[in-house]
Amino acid sequence: MAVRKGIESSLAIAEAAAACNVDCIAAYPITPQTHIVEHLSELVNDGVLDAEFIPVESEHSAMSCCCGTAAAGARTFTATSSQGLALMHEIMFIAANLRLPIVMTVANRALSAPINIWNDHSDVMTERDCGWLQIFGENGQESTDLVPICHKIAEDKRVLLPIMLNFDGFIVSHVVEPIEMLTREEIATFLPDYEPQQRLDVDNPITMGPVGMPEVYTEAKMAHEAAVRNAYGPICEILEEFGQKFGRTYKPVETYKTEDADIVFVMMGAASETCMSWVDKVREQGKKVGIVRFRLWRPLPVEAFKEAVQGKKVLGIIDRHFSPGGAGGPVAQEVKYTLYGEKDAPKAVEVVAGLGGRDIDFDTFDKIFDRCQKVLDGGEVPPFELIQARGGHYGKI
Amino acid sequence: MEKFNVFASRLIPKEDYVCSGHRACQGCAEALAMRLVHKVLGRNTIAASATGCMEIISSPYPETAWAIPWLHVAFENSASVGSGIEAGLKALMRKGKIPKRKINVIAYGGDGATVDIGLQWVSGAMERGHDMIYVCYDNEAYMNTGIQRSSSTPLHAATTTSPAGKAIGGQQTWKKNMTEIMVAHNIPYVATINPSYPFDFMRKVKKAAEIEGPAYLHAYSCCPTGWGSRPELGIQLGRLAVETGAFPLYEVEYGKYSVQEKVEDFRPLKDYVKLQRRFRHLTDDQIAASQERLIKEYKLLLKKEQMTREGD
Repeated sequence: MAVRKGIESSLAIAEAAAACNVDCIAAYPITPQTHIVEHLSELVNDGVLDAEFIPVESEHSAMSCCCGTAAAGARTFTATSSQGLALMHEIMFIAANLRLPIVMTVANRALSAPINIWNDHSDVMTERDCGWLQIFGENGQESTDLVPICHKIAEDKRVLLPIMLNFDGFIVSHVVEPIEMLTREEIATFLPDYEPQQRLDVDNPITMGPVGMPEVYTEAKMAHEAAVRNAYGPICEILEEFGQKFGRTYKPVETYKTEDADIVFVMMGAASETCMSWVDKVREQGKKVGIVRFRLWRPLPVEAFKEAVQGKKVLGIIDRHFSPGGAGGPVAQEVKYTLYGEKDAPKAVEVVAGLGGRDIDFDTFDKIFDRCQKVLDGGEVPPFELIQARGGHYGKI
Repeated sequence: MEKFNVFASRLIPKEDYVCSGHRACQGCAEALAMRLVHKVLGRNTIAASATGCMEIISSPYPETAWAIPWLHVAFENSASVGSGIEAGLKALMRKGKIPKRKINVIAYGGDGATVDIGLQWVSGAMERGHDMIYVCYDNEAYMNTGIQRSSSTPLHAATTTSPAGKAIGGQQTWKKNMTEIMVAHNIPYVATINPSYPFDFMRKVKKAAEIEGPAYLHAYSCCPTGWGSRPELGIQLGRLAVETGAFPLYEVEYGKYSVQEKVEDFRPLKDYVKLQRRFRHLTDDQIAASQERLIKEYKLLLKKEQMTREGD
């Protein structure tokens, strides 16, 4: 039986990986991910988990090694953050196109410079194009539950793609919270043994990672695009199955008190938990506001998102990363992509907040709400803005 | 094949696992070295390839020259990929998910992939003690990208990034000694191999496969395209490299050195360099100075052999 206990999220996530009976873990230390792999190496060295723990010499090597273990047919798990993910960047694309079902947890942390170990989404958002599936947990329970879910999605024969499980560094990773821990036996009823579709097998030799000339490169990319997009169906099925088995149902796009709301905040990650409390508070003052958050980020749940914001008037989009000199934050960019050309599309107030560990508090939400309210009242849509920056916002520095 | 210390030509397997039809240049001794490696390792082998000549020539989709499972990920990381394959097989065999049996895991790369960009990955994989072989096919420059210098390019050799200019004549640094770097990792087996000495070559590959733990092989690989040598001279150049002291043949087994094809009277280095366009700007003095240093290093090698074998 699942036991509910107070546990640090990182340890719970490691326990979940162990309960998935992973075969190989290749990892390198980086804050704030370290507690996950530290605990996994404890579980291996204590004989609780029968797996190869490969303490590699860099994150680039971690992802390279994971390509090897997954290609050999082993259930493969790794974890990283920030600079570590950036160092893996080259191999991320390759792991995806080799269709290796690696599960990687990312304790989201800001990218240097200046060096900063605290939370934002610059690490994951910089990897949007790498062809991995990307999913977000907003608290310890969700992130722990998503570990077996991710293995099942990645290894599904209709999917066969690596998947990145994101949660906020420190804010989720280092927090002790009550988490219902599924046992290995319970997880086994949901997640069967991994049966690789293809692996490096001396009895059935295959060539993996050949040269793709211009005659085939586009088709290889098209196959990858189809694989990521078509993963949406299986992902929904698997989330639903988990919900039916264990009572916690997760959706690609989650909503909170949006039914009667004209203004809706759009975000992902732990900030949405603070936002829920803020919504509860301001609703008592009669402000009709709700939250739509992305759980699934790749494939981008376009239709589910459109449905979630149907009829809404103003979106307050909170990004935790942006492209300097570019088109603002990634969530805003992609939200606008989903809504471009839609009849009566809501207006978008775009803000960047919570960079490098800056707390997104009630005051921040109040400020964003004020901007949204002005737009709702017929005001002009303000430009993209680093709302927490001291010394004035964008355009007035 | 059972008696690997008696490697006679009739015992050499007929099967090839790097098959003909690959796209290597005429006279490529690197492709020859790779073929010999896999002749010895046989069918129960999985290979991880670095990006480079040997990857490009053997896997233009939809064709493949590989009759064994083969994986290419990127340029610098084949050692790490190989270590993952080894760890994956180990876990799966221990957990009863695949049958237990001896499978050779080999990772390989060129000199650029090994000695320059991939040094960290090779060092990591060897240091961690994976039961695998790493082979560096050393043709002494980045041949695949168009003959640029690496840290394995010999002194004075002209490459496209160390040209024989009017002010500066070719490579200005001495060849990095990767074999000794690997010896310093205290791994069970390190050896230099040269396809011009096929029996010694195959004996060492066999030993690398049979020894438990990591083994590193550094393969001399003549590149007619990059060196400006005649394609039919690859074997002769390999012999000359040993006879002049430019590429000594030796092995280090559990820290003990032994030198093969020992040279007593060194052939003039000029015999070796004059057959290669990359050296054609060299003066006699430069050649003499290089050979002097090579001989000094060779003597040091013999001393290491003597010192590590004391009391045998």
